[in-house]
Amino acid sequence: MDMHLAANIGADDIAQEATRAGFGRGLLEAGKRWPEVVGLCADLTESTRMIEFAEAFPARFVEMGVAEQNLVTVASGLAAIGKIPFAASYAAFSPGRNWEQIRTTICLNDRPVKIVGAHAGISVGPDGATHQMLEDIALMRVLPNMVVVVPGDSIEAEKATLAIAHNNKPTYIRLAREKTPIFTTAHTPFEIGRAYVLAQGSDVAIMATGIMSYQALLAAKSLEAKGMKAEVVHVPTVKPLDEDTILASARKCGRVVTVEEAQSAAGFGGAVAEFLTERLPMPVLRLGMPDRFGESGAPNELLGHFGLTGEHIAKRTAEWCQNTPQYHR
Amino acid sequence: MQLTTIQLEKKANEIRQDLIKMLEHAGSGHSAGPLGLADIFTALYFNIMKHDPKNPDWDGRDIMILSNGHCTPIRYVTMAHAGYFPKDELMTLRQYGSRLQGHPERTRLPGLETTSGPLGSGLSQAAGMAKALQIDDVHNRWVYCVTSDGEHDEGNFWEAAMFAAKNRLHNLVAIVDRNNIQIDGNTESVMPLENLRDKWEAFGWHVIEIDGHNMESIIDACSMARAIVEKPSVVIAHTIPGKGVPFMEYDYHWHGAPPNSEQAKEALKKLRSLGGKITGEHE
Repeated sequence: MDMHLAANIGADDIAQEATRAGFGRGLLEAGKRWPEVVGLCADLTESTRMIEFAEAFPARFVEMGVAEQNLVTVASGLAAIGKIPFAASYAAFSPGRNWEQIRTTICLNDRPVKIVGAHAGISVGPDGATHQMLEDIALMRVLPNMVVVVPGDSIEAEKATLAIAHNNKPTYIRLAREKTPIFTTAHTPFEIGRAYVLAQGSDVAIMATGIMSYQALLAAKSLEAKGMKAEVVHVPTVKPLDEDTILASARKCGRVVTVEEAQSAAGFGGAVAEFLTERLPMPVLRLGMPDRFGESGAPNELLGHFGLTGEHIAKRTAEWCQNTPQYHR
Repeated sequence: MQLTTIQLEKKANEIRQDLIKMLEHAGSGHSAGPLGLADIFTALYFNIMKHDPKNPDWDGRDIMILSNGHCTPIRYVTMAHAGYFPKDELMTLRQYGSRLQGHPERTRLPGLETTSGPLGSGLSQAAGMAKALQIDDVHNRWVYCVTSDGEHDEGNFWEAAMFAAKNRLHNLVAIVDRNNIQIDGNTESVMPLENLRDKWEAFGWHVIEIDGHNMESIIDACSMARAIVEKPSVVIAHTIPGKGVPFMEYDYHWHGAPPNSEQAKEALKKLRSLGGKITGEHE
């Protein structure tokens, strides 16, 4: 499949934009297309980029103040009367603080509320560990009835927002604070539940979610110079997992590296490892935060420090592959 | 459906009897709160609310949220009496495969409006519904939210109270089951709520205090609440936990316990004889 990726992947001057900006545009467009779409925000309207929607549709925007439990439960109530609520806050607070209410009033209660977890990951930067949510992917994917989407760039975030607006399911969408490279284009396919092979290879499969997929592409380029051909799989939907695509790439490569801007335990890598263990057991290296909290720093500095850049991913992958034979059946 | 006061009192007594039978049969479930709420639920379903048992999703209906979901037994019994489902289904409470789950689940039984159990989130959902109706400019539907007093301990609860007042959700009526008990004891020993009226007023609500066992008072309070348009209204209904069964009344130990068969027999005897007022009745 031709993914119609950006032409200048790897260039220093590649266009950059924050995924939250794409969400803001997507929500505004969703609001125009579907009058049932309403927005709720817990005192973070500008930084979550809900501001454009709020200004365009003031009667359909509900300011919640710093009350994240109320944020999602009021959203559940709005959904009961036929609204399609997007409830936004920082991921550390939502789902961080209100996980039980999401479980009971949205998942078990089956209401199509869209939980927007902004400022997720280590790249939040100077605010430090309290605000760098690393456990949200794990927390959300373990809930029955929840769809989990982690867009790779701002263009994909816009598409994802529109797609989840009418999927009629409880959904979590994870956004980042920082500008990150735009590696897709308007013609790049996006469908909830689909994973995409961005680069072909057979020595190792690097599967990534969210903004880490661009780093995976850089890692693949770096590995190619060392004679390793890595397959790169972009998995924006962590739940439901595109088992067919993941299985095909895993079977082809015999060993898998996963990358996420989150704890390496129980999140995206966990989902892939669980699946492969049952269907096609093989070695899986889960890259992410190594069971520790983040800290204050510049975003790129932190990503480098914690090994979440193309260069580090390539290095870890090459080292690991040296001692890890490919599984073949 | 609008029964008169006398009819409502008779209906509430029948509902209490079925409640005792249901709890005894289930061997599990909450007694004190449901008994205390029987009059309020009877009044809601048989006089106050606009609803259609044959059409639980009717988009013109009033909505009642039960925030203290553990009291769902009284809702189930009242709904059965109102015609939402056959009365014999009440005997399936808490059993595997039953629509009558231990705590109410919206998707299992039409008419429940939401899923609840974990305390403190019902008022928020009710406020969300009221807000949606406000956005849609709907003027003839009300959202009633029954809550316990114990769940006022939850922070989420007060977030909802603030939100409702800010948004002037006058189509939202909270009904507090002020029975003064919670699991660990009397509310005023565990986590004092008084002065409760002052707290609600400070949060911007119109407060009406009533005897939660007086049908006319319940009906009048809701009627007045519907006439208050500057702010949301809360009806603080003073109730006796375990009301109707003398050996259960005022005793917090009956919060989470069902009657065994001996206790159920005794309870039914009391209910049938209106607390011993009618003598000579056979068993």
